[in-house]
Amino acid sequence: MSHQTNDQSQAGKSTVLGWFDERYPVSSTWNKHVGEYYAPRNFNFWYFFGSLALIVLVNQIVTGIWLTMSYSPTGAGAFNSVEYIMRDVEWGWLLRYLHSTGASAFFIVIYLHMMRGLLYGSYKKPRELVWIIGMLLFLVLMGEAFMGYLLPWGQMSFWGAQVIISLFGAIPVIGPDLALWIRGDFVISEVTLTRFFALHVIALPLLLVILVFMHLVALHHVGSNNPDGVEIKKLKDNNGIPLDGIRFHPYYAVKDAMGAVFFFILFALVLFYAPEGGGFFIEAPNFEPANPLKTPEHIVPVWYFTPFYAILRAVPDKFLGVVAMGAAIAVLFAMPWLDRCKVKSIRYRGNSFKVLLTILVISFIVLGFLGTQPSTPLYTKLAQIFTALYFMFFLVLPFTSANEKTKPVPERVT
Amino acid sequence: MSTEDQKNTSVNVTRRKILTGATGVVGAVGATFLAVPFVSSWQPSEKAKAAGAPVNADVSQLQPGQMLTVSWRGIPVWVVRRTPEMLALLAEENGSLRDPASDESKQPEYCKNNTRAVKDEYLVVSGICTHLGCAPLYRPAVGSPDMSADWEGGFFCPCHGSRFDLAGRVFQSVPAPTNLDIPPHHFISENVIRIGEDPVEGGGA
Repeated sequence: MSHQTNDQSQAGKSTVLGWFDERYPVSSTWNKHVGEYYAPRNFNFWYFFGSLALIVLVNQIVTGIWLTMSYSPTGAGAFNSVEYIMRDVEWGWLLRYLHSTGASAFFIVIYLHMMRGLLYGSYKKPRELVWIIGMLLFLVLMGEAFMGYLLPWGQMSFWGAQVIISLFGAIPVIGPDLALWIRGDFVISEVTLTRFFALHVIALPLLLVILVFMHLVALHHVGSNNPDGVEIKKLKDNNGIPLDGIRFHPYYAVKDAMGAVFFFILFALVLFYAPEGGGFFIEAPNFEPANPLKTPEHIVPVWYFTPFYAILRAVPDKFLGVVAMGAAIAVLFAMPWLDRCKVKSIRYRGNSFKVLLTILVISFIVLGFLGTQPSTPLYTKLAQIFTALYFMFFLVLPFTSANEKTKPVPERVT
Repeated sequence: MSTEDQKNTSVNVTRRKILTGATGVVGAVGATFLAVPFVSSWQPSEKAKAAGAPVNADVSQLQPGQMLTVSWRGIPVWVVRRTPEMLALLAEENGSLRDPASDESKQPEYCKNNTRAVKDEYLVVSGICTHLGCAPLYRPAVGSPDMSADWEGGFFCPCHGSRFDLAGRVFQSVPAPTNLDIPPHHFISENVIRIGEDPVEGGGA
């Protein structure tokens, strides 16, 4: 592998790049990850979302830094400083909406990115660690989003944090002390706000960036999967280049750039015409300052948490509800081992997997809807049914996938 | 330096291993001690702990059936003046409650009774749902329009649908595990309740 990159290296040559290459691996790093990273030539629409996630991450970091300049993380000042950003800071409204709409865009992109993994078996050997690092990214992202939502110090910020931190209180024995430790006070207060601010602006973003780096290193080590789920490294030409591989740059750099343009068009439409996403991206009660004595009539998390929230509500027991919600996320980590089918791509897999995956996706969407609704007896019953269906996917999959009727997988990508 | 080189220059590999191991152990112990201030700094500060001073609630203006909210330690505490009809219903509900005798719930010993109160008429209860900490809604009327048909008055948590009766006792098959907490309180005069403080021994209750 490395002999390829060495050939291209400018080391020892009397050019500016050569000067650098002798002292720092400029060319070889570029070649390994971009210039000579051979990706399968059959990427489709689903392969846009990885690079889009990176773009959204950059958006969040840049707008976040700028917001920090005008935001005040105090109980008395937080809500007002957000309004100050919206009304008085030059272009502050745009920076704030870029950040808040960007958060929702991040989850849309990530959910689609994960869906791609499920469709084409991207979590399977040898990409288990790519999947697991990705799941860690998802976890950290959820923490980052949750802590960020407290910062505007609105009603939904306050009560959302109250509910989520209380989840830890459900753990037997240590729970109440743990919840107290996280809050740093007997109720959500400025103490909680300032520590969430610190975690939101430095600790978790740092972790996100490190994990993204590891995600890419792991991916480039094993190589990208593709919609056919065949390993392009099996068939190489005389130079050791995969027959079905094309260089990331310029081919996919240009393709991804085009994807980014379409993404920006859609993003701008939401940003300028519906920045609050009809109450789904920024909820109505959050335009009211936090009031510790009054819970909003209808309290729901932001849309991207609602599927898991619906699972929490579906279980009529405090601790088991928290366990079910945690399990709904944790079980995804085990996907590489729960799915025992050798065939990766859904294109060549049996009907049992197609049916199961359809049920999973429908359950996830229905639970997401139910999580936004008040809990009525009917909705609770529905949430219980779809929670069962959601978990059924993971329970049944190991058995059906072990002897699945698959179609023949082609030797090369189609 | 490879292992072979080390043997040739008569390096004592065992000693190296012991030294490395000892350094590792000392380092781990040190790191554990170093973690203490970082972990402990998340505990409630002295300032936060001091904010728990008792508060007084004047109930002289409270009409039967009405509720008053006071803030104690930053949490809402409700004072409900219950009507005789409400008190009569409490006894009937025992069958549908999870913890009718409040054995699993938090209240001062002097409120562990049928009405969970010092004086039957006045319920003093923490307005924090024992499920996930939302503030439930006060729905005192029998058959309140937004509640189910068999509703006999009580508290309803909008977050996850937990229901409590007018003594803050939780109904069965809802997510909340225990009855609402009763904070320590006592009457310092006919119409003033002090919340956050147990009655003084021998003092007027």
